[in-house]
Amino acid sequence: MRLHGDVSDDKLLKVLKEFEGAIYQRPPLRSAVKRAVRIRRIYKIEVLERRGRDVLLRVWCEAGTYMRKLCHDVGEILGVGAHMQELRRIRAGCFTEEEHLSTLHDLVDAYHFWKEEGIEDYIREVVLPVEYAVQHLPKIVVRDSAVDAICRGAPLAVPGILRIETPIRVDDWVAIMTLKGELVAIGEAKMRSEHIMTATKGIAATPRFVVMEPGTYPSMWRGAKKA
Amino acid sequence: MWRREKREILIKAEDETDPRYGKAPEERSVKELLEYGVVNLDKPIGPSSHEVVAWIKRLLGFKKVAHAGTLEPLGGGETPRSPGYSL
Repeated sequence: MRLHGDVSDDKLLKVLKEFEGAIYQRPPLRSAVKRAVRIRRIYKIEVLERRGRDVLLRVWCEAGTYMRKLCHDVGEILGVGAHMQELRRIRAGCFTEEEHLSTLHDLVDAYHFWKEEGIEDYIREVVLPVEYAVQHLPKIVVRDSAVDAICRGAPLAVPGILRIETPIRVDDWVAIMTLKGELVAIGEAKMRSEHIMTATKGIAATPRFVVMEPGTYPSMWRGAKKA
Repeated sequence: MWRREKREILIKAEDETDPRYGKAPEERSVKELLEYGVVNLDKPIGPSSHEVVAWIKRLLGFKKVAHAGTLEPLGGGETPRSPGYSL
């Protein structure tokens, strides 16, 4: 953030602290989303460095929070004005800078090493199994017989469940997995973990994003056409 | 929030999995990996996330590439991508 005037460290820290918690934001003119005022959470703001009017901040926030608008608004409250000079996302969910961060060069080189030389090591370091992306979600492991129906969008019923991770609350996102550890779909939980364990029937989760191709596991519906 | 919760695994029932169908993620061939893969990409400052996706499609010949979360053109840093599969 670059300030447009001078403020004391104390005043800066005090105002930044006020922005922790829920804030209002309207997406800017150049944006991919609808321009309605919405609420976003700022979990924490940390000042890493300050050199005069340049302030290096680390912000923990909800996805979809505009840093540009945050800097502008901080400037307004400080009275001197401010703008975002530079931005770098250092974390998104389970994706951090520390693990498997690759540049476009890495990706292209690794791909060519494999395509042209048959060397797999590099591409396997750059491209990760999709299961990596759900490591932070609670898992529900299902029987083989339940898999194909879920791939086709059917809700997951309790009898199809073998294992669950706790805690799962209603409306939580869950990763629906096979016994082999493959990601079938990301779903929304309709029952909490304690209820799933004691129930014998009912819908436990509904698929929201199906990842596995239908037909990977055989269809178990009676009367269904065999693939 | 952002802290990873400590999780316990509860077993409701036992069953076997048929080795004829599906495959453990670690055993995927590179071709299969590219169909169900994600990249933690350090996006350069300048191009938009959409442009970078277009480049990847062109450079590597992939049909379906998606990005999970736009970053402003002025923003650099990591952006997860899935080559081969769009989420």
